[in-house]
Amino acid sequence: MSEAVREAPKKERPQFTNIHVTQLSNYRLPLAGVVSILHRISGFLMFALLPVVLYLLEKSLLSEISFEHFKGIASHWFMKLVILALVWGYMQHFCAGVRHLIMDTHVGLDKDSARKSAATVLVISLALTALVALKLFGVF
Amino acid sequence: MAKNNIGPKRLVVGAGYGVRDWLAQRVTAVLMVVYTAVLLISFLTGSNFSYEGWAGLFAQQWFKLFSAVTLFGLFYHAWVGMRDIWMDYVKPVGIRLALQIITIGWLIGCAVWSVQILWSV
Repeated sequence: MSEAVREAPKKERPQFTNIHVTQLSNYRLPLAGVVSILHRISGFLMFALLPVVLYLLEKSLLSEISFEHFKGIASHWFMKLVILALVWGYMQHFCAGVRHLIMDTHVGLDKDSARKSAATVLVISLALTALVALKLFGVF
Repeated sequence: MAKNNIGPKRLVVGAGYGVRDWLAQRVTAVLMVVYTAVLLISFLTGSNFSYEGWAGLFAQQWFKLFSAVTLFGLFYHAWVGMRDIWMDYVKPVGIRLALQIITIGWLIGCAVWSVQILWSV
């Protein structure tokens, strides 16, 4: 072995393990990864807000008086924001879930179409959420 | 997985290693898609949003049962998803177990409440 080869400095190679929260900023998440983590976040959000949904459902169903009460609660600006968060969570989780179900049938698994479907999920769910937001805050 | 990973050395993950939960999550997802479609159609084809129309829909027995089945499916779906989250991000077994127990309690509470709501109309 020649001297040059033996003396070449060994490059420190990166080791890839499970990443820690503090390392998150070092990674650029692909679109499919964004959809994946948003699936968890939206799912957790809806899980945590389940009592809010049930409370609103109860108010809306119990009687005509409670229905009016429900309309009063739902017209408060803060409640509108909570409802909007729930709507976003539902749209995101719904669209990404349909993508999951389609991919389970071995359709669109290659890198390119997975990226495209991830972008589609983000665009559709954000557009629908925006539509509901406009309706909720009385633009139309 | 190594063969010595049995008995007291078994990896504590709280999962059944099986396809059952995976399948249950898909089946309940399809159920929720169908329910969403039914609710949306009846909502959009109905006249203005009034108490009579809304409560009238939920007053029918078939819709009560459909709602209850879908909600139970939702709670099971949420259990599988939440357990995935705790298993991936919470490593200490004690804390993970506590969170899983809280999750089950939370979901059973919601299930009982939703039955009470549905049959109060």
